[in-house]
Amino acid sequence: MNGQPDVTRDPAAAPAAPPIDARLTVRTAAAAAELDVPAVREDFPILRQTVRDGKPLAYLDNAATAQKPRAVIDAISRYYTQTNANVHRGLHELSERATAAYEGARATVRRTLGAAEDREILFVRGTTEGINLVAQAWARPRLKPGDEILITAMEHHSDIVPWQIVCGQTGAELRVVPITDGGELDLAALDRLLGPKTRLLALAHVSNALGTLNPVKRIVELAHAKKVPVLLDGAQAVPHLPVDVRAIGCDFYAFSGHKAYGPTGIGALYGRAELLEAMDPWQGGGDMIASVSFEKTTWNRLPWKFEAGTPDIAGAVGLAAALDYVASLGWAPIEAYETALLAEATEMVAAVPGVRILAREAPRVSVISFTMEGVHPHDIGTIVDLQGVAIRAGHHCAQPLMDRFGVPATARASLSFYNTREEIEALVQGLHQVNEVFGR
Amino acid sequence: MSELQDLYQQVILDHNQRPRNFHALEGHAVRAEGHNPLCGDRLTLWVDREGGRLADVGFVGTGCAISKASASMMTEAVKGKSETEAQTLFDLFHGLVTGEQPVDADDPRLGKLVVFAGVRDYPVRVKCATLAWHTLRAALAGAQTVSTE
Repeated sequence: MNGQPDVTRDPAAAPAAPPIDARLTVRTAAAAAELDVPAVREDFPILRQTVRDGKPLAYLDNAATAQKPRAVIDAISRYYTQTNANVHRGLHELSERATAAYEGARATVRRTLGAAEDREILFVRGTTEGINLVAQAWARPRLKPGDEILITAMEHHSDIVPWQIVCGQTGAELRVVPITDGGELDLAALDRLLGPKTRLLALAHVSNALGTLNPVKRIVELAHAKKVPVLLDGAQAVPHLPVDVRAIGCDFYAFSGHKAYGPTGIGALYGRAELLEAMDPWQGGGDMIASVSFEKTTWNRLPWKFEAGTPDIAGAVGLAAALDYVASLGWAPIEAYETALLAEATEMVAAVPGVRILAREAPRVSVISFTMEGVHPHDIGTIVDLQGVAIRAGHHCAQPLMDRFGVPATARASLSFYNTREEIEALVQGLHQVNEVFGR
Repeated sequence: MSELQDLYQQVILDHNQRPRNFHALEGHAVRAEGHNPLCGDRLTLWVDREGGRLADVGFVGTGCAISKASASMMTEAVKGKSETEAQTLFDLFHGLVTGEQPVDADDPRLGKLVVFAGVRDYPVRVKCATLAWHTLRAALAGAQTVSTE
């Protein structure tokens, strides 16, 4: 490859797109209508099947990964059928089209996150890789012994371990913001822990294990008041909420495509241009360089500086199709439906004898994390699975959080806009069966 | 409901609710920790050996019904057995729940352990059933290390 940066999509030369306006138009148009759930379900071929000897599938494990609409499956198939070529290098038509599709996907992600510029969007494998990128390329060269990274007690392992690694490499220390018994962040403690040595605050926008929606705008204000940059793990937020990184004010925002109805293996990291510009690449290879000689290599411009090697082009195309699909449904109907379904499901699950819902009173998105008296969550998972109901049981990659609540694990039902009241009823029926089996 | 009854047999539910030998052992018993990181199941197992036999076995821990009942029934099955017999039982049980090696469910040596045959149909639950057995093997191996010092 010749290392020539792609010029077909020079972000500097692109006219300023009106992302916010475009999204508002979609939202306003859709806001009038209620979500047509049966029609939406038709868009997801996988939901039509039966499992476990003829039981209709009730897929309530969306926080683990969401199902894919036909639009995403078709976009990937179409890409490989009609467009496939390498990006940023070929002189031929297919390469031009592949490059346009890939960079067009970046623009879609930028619009979805409300970022100002395409070059602030880096394609990565997912949230985990996005956080690792910030840990290694931003934090590692800047941290000194005694510096502090602040996270919270409700983080996923992917927002704990990368910081432990970089702390080990630099002598910095990891500090943890506690949470209340109700499953919410202790904001007073957070404010106290933001000290002169804090170099970064990293936290989940929405907790994967509890569903707690954190007041991120307020938290970013607290952190910025002390000149601490903020990284948000948006893995559980992007599938359920309109996100606007400029309104939130965060410095980094990472999310995964597969939880947002896109394919696995692709996600994005938003970083404020000023921060990304100041960072060195974290991986070397093709596409991330401007010129290479054995004496001196110069880096490509943003965002390609951080995208060494041939990227997951089809993944990016699929992700854009997913984000477009969700936008076409409209955030207002999605949020209205998901909020109502979650409230109803919470009541229904809570009414089963022996059930305790974690963070029940906290503002929550999608997730019902619960235990049943005297029954291990794995047994709950197996028994409801036999009714065709797919939930997660375990520590949800959040072992410190499980310790905080004194449970080895929880059962977790996580909802999407394609789920129905009938599916919640199937879950509840399964939970009654759990009580029957265990003689409660 | 029948698949449910195959997996959660009455014997298993009983051992889950009232696990046998559910206590620590004092004195010179060897001990090993078993941990299934996938589900967070943890157990501590003690083995008291006398003259090449497993004179006493005890455990404590948390886990699902399958793992707890399996640990409980294992302690009953291996108590008083020789180490060789315990190893044979390990192999039989492993074969029974994984389906990797053909095992005759009527093998008298398995006894009550045959109730775990249903686990075979639930690949993710196999580790629950075998956790205690792997911990037993670790305890015995650890003891051998100790004895050679």
